[in-house]
Amino acid sequence: MAVKVTMPKLSDTMTEGVIVKWIKKEGDNIEAGDVIAEAESDKATMELEAFDAGILKKIIVKEGGKVPVNGTIAVIAESDEDISGLLKELKSAPQKPHVEEVSTKEVESTTIASAPVVDNTPQDEILTRDSIRIKASPLARKMAAEKNLDMRKISGSGPGGRIIKRDVETVLAESGVKPSLKPSGPAVIPAGGEDVPLSTMRESIAKTMVLSKQTTPHFYLTTEIDMDKVVETRLAINAIQSGIKISYNDIIVKAVAVTLKKHPRVNGSFAGDKLVLHGRVDIGIAVALDDGLITPVIRNCETKSLGQIAIEIRESAKKAKDRKLKPDEYTNATFNISNLGMYDIDQFTAIITPPQAAVLAVGVVQKKPVVKDDEIVIGHRVRVTLSCDHRIVDGATGALFLKDLKKLLENPLGLML
Amino acid sequence: MPVLTFREALNQAMAEEMERDPNVYLMGEEVGYYNGAYKVSQGLMERFGPERVIDTPIAELGFAGVGVGSAMVGLRPIIEMMTFNFSILALDQIFNNAAKLRYMSGGQFQIPIVFRGPGGAAHGLGAQHSQCLDPWFCNVPGLKVVAPSVPADGKGLLKSAIRDNNPVIFIESEVAYGFKGEVPEGEFLVPLGVGEVKREGKDVTIVAWSKMIHVALDAANALAEEGIQAEVIDPRTLRPLDEQILITSVEKTNRCVIVEEGWPYAGVGAEIAHRINMHAFDHLDAPVLRISSKDVPMPYALNLEKDVMPNAQKVVAAVKKVLYI
Repeated sequence: MAVKVTMPKLSDTMTEGVIVKWIKKEGDNIEAGDVIAEAESDKATMELEAFDAGILKKIIVKEGGKVPVNGTIAVIAESDEDISGLLKELKSAPQKPHVEEVSTKEVESTTIASAPVVDNTPQDEILTRDSIRIKASPLARKMAAEKNLDMRKISGSGPGGRIIKRDVETVLAESGVKPSLKPSGPAVIPAGGEDVPLSTMRESIAKTMVLSKQTTPHFYLTTEIDMDKVVETRLAINAIQSGIKISYNDIIVKAVAVTLKKHPRVNGSFAGDKLVLHGRVDIGIAVALDDGLITPVIRNCETKSLGQIAIEIRESAKKAKDRKLKPDEYTNATFNISNLGMYDIDQFTAIITPPQAAVLAVGVVQKKPVVKDDEIVIGHRVRVTLSCDHRIVDGATGALFLKDLKKLLENPLGLML
Repeated sequence: MPVLTFREALNQAMAEEMERDPNVYLMGEEVGYYNGAYKVSQGLMERFGPERVIDTPIAELGFAGVGVGSAMVGLRPIIEMMTFNFSILALDQIFNNAAKLRYMSGGQFQIPIVFRGPGGAAHGLGAQHSQCLDPWFCNVPGLKVVAPSVPADGKGLLKSAIRDNNPVIFIESEVAYGFKGEVPEGEFLVPLGVGEVKREGKDVTIVAWSKMIHVALDAANALAEEGIQAEVIDPRTLRPLDEQILITSVEKTNRCVIVEEGWPYAGVGAEIAHRINMHAFDHLDAPVLRISSKDVPMPYALNLEKDVMPNAQKVVAAVKKVLYI
């Protein structure tokens, strides 16, 4: 008789598992107790043993595929048995985890109605993930809906895999979106207008920006970068589940650091009677706050690994939001990066923070039709704009920097060198 | 500002109101010659005489009824229950007459009466004398229920209760009578139905009242050492309940733990949890948790009594649970 092989619960907190590797292949003879595959829980990779003997007739979840606990991963049957009926049944009834009796329809109406799916999940994954009853706190649900996040892509750290505020915040931090619990309605300002005293931060922003625009001869260079490989690389890195999630911004910061090393003028300063070239690459990352912004600095970026940079950005962004940054943590950057991709900005020009020589403005990584090998295909693109201080960086200097940055991001394996 | 004990603050409230309004009088067991079982009415008989400070027989239903009757004809009685455990005998007068006559007479009668005395457990008084009856009174439409936690609130709320034209159940605490705190002199009113933030914080809302405020504050101090900023909210009046202060706080902290001395089943905390669920659902990141006494008659043995009651450790554990740490 045909039996379904299901994903066992390998740890207390496991809600889904990934098939890392199939040891047996379709058509293999299976004895009870045989190791047929390796599966990864939220904690570790473990061997899956078959409970029944027979022929491995059908592998349902391919290597790398994710499936909820108790979801069917394969079918074992007698060699001459017809399992088409069972397969049909599996296809039509999406896999349900555990024993919760929630119809697919109900799940859709209660959990994801307000969170549109942004990208096209492969068909296989929908089969296994759509039917999961998503557990989330009301607040997490609301936050995700406000930011159009797909709840199915957020892993919950609460009891039983419940998605809670901090999980949504983690995702938002990774994508660089600042979580905001403030109602998004219009601010209430009295009809007669209102004078708001300047905060120290606002005052400082005003002073620096005016100084910069009045004394620094800015010019701007914009280029579009093919991000297809970065998208792939990021997915691959994040699939390693090392505990560190990498964002596009992290990769861009790393790439900028590596590129700056080769272009010391872009990383330098104009100092009146001389040019100062820095031996270090300290990158300031603009972080939006309720009223203003601050640029925590990641020191010596060129020597740090991507993971290290990701962790430091995460930590300093949190500190920034909690207003816990110390002055030496947000001053003396040699180069700034401002990313407004999370606000869906295509491209923009940033103002240089003196005495830096340049600032990079990063737009949204977006899918768009592109020409590849004379075919129109869907590609990922990002537009970046370098604002340069013409006293130290000339048009060609900036252009060469962008060219190298582009080359690196289009072949991100170079980041490993 | 003078520092008074809770009993002195309550005494001051009664004395000031009796001075201010000749219709106010105090009645109860041993309130007069003995100066009150817990000395809350200390000196009042000497000052206002036996006509306005009346010692009663041990007959709670009887003197509660006399109180309600006198309120119907224009007096403003303060009825002291030696403890609220004894008020159980007077519930017919409290529930059926005090709470309902205004409604049933179409507003012809007002019942400006205060039933006051200590509620909850003290130390080793056994099952029948260690009960927190807050939810019993809170359940009855027509009653207002007040449970002050600090001397200043005790004074301000008792004065408001005496001036209120509706029956007010004013539940004090035996163990809190000796608590000291700054109390404003003279005319100082705390309005009924208005809560207070006893400690500001951003990470979790702890709701407590009466002596449980002190458990909540102890817990908040312990949590602060771990970097967790708990906001402690005292509704002060349990009915009508200051919903807004609770909702505002939960909207800020996204999580809530309620600490109550009463039993868990159908407790006041259940009502508060329900209100938060109704009005702040989308702001909750965790289920609202309640710490109450255990669901048993109070044991006489002190060690077991301690185990039954809420304490700071239990509150800290609940807070960590709603913070998922």
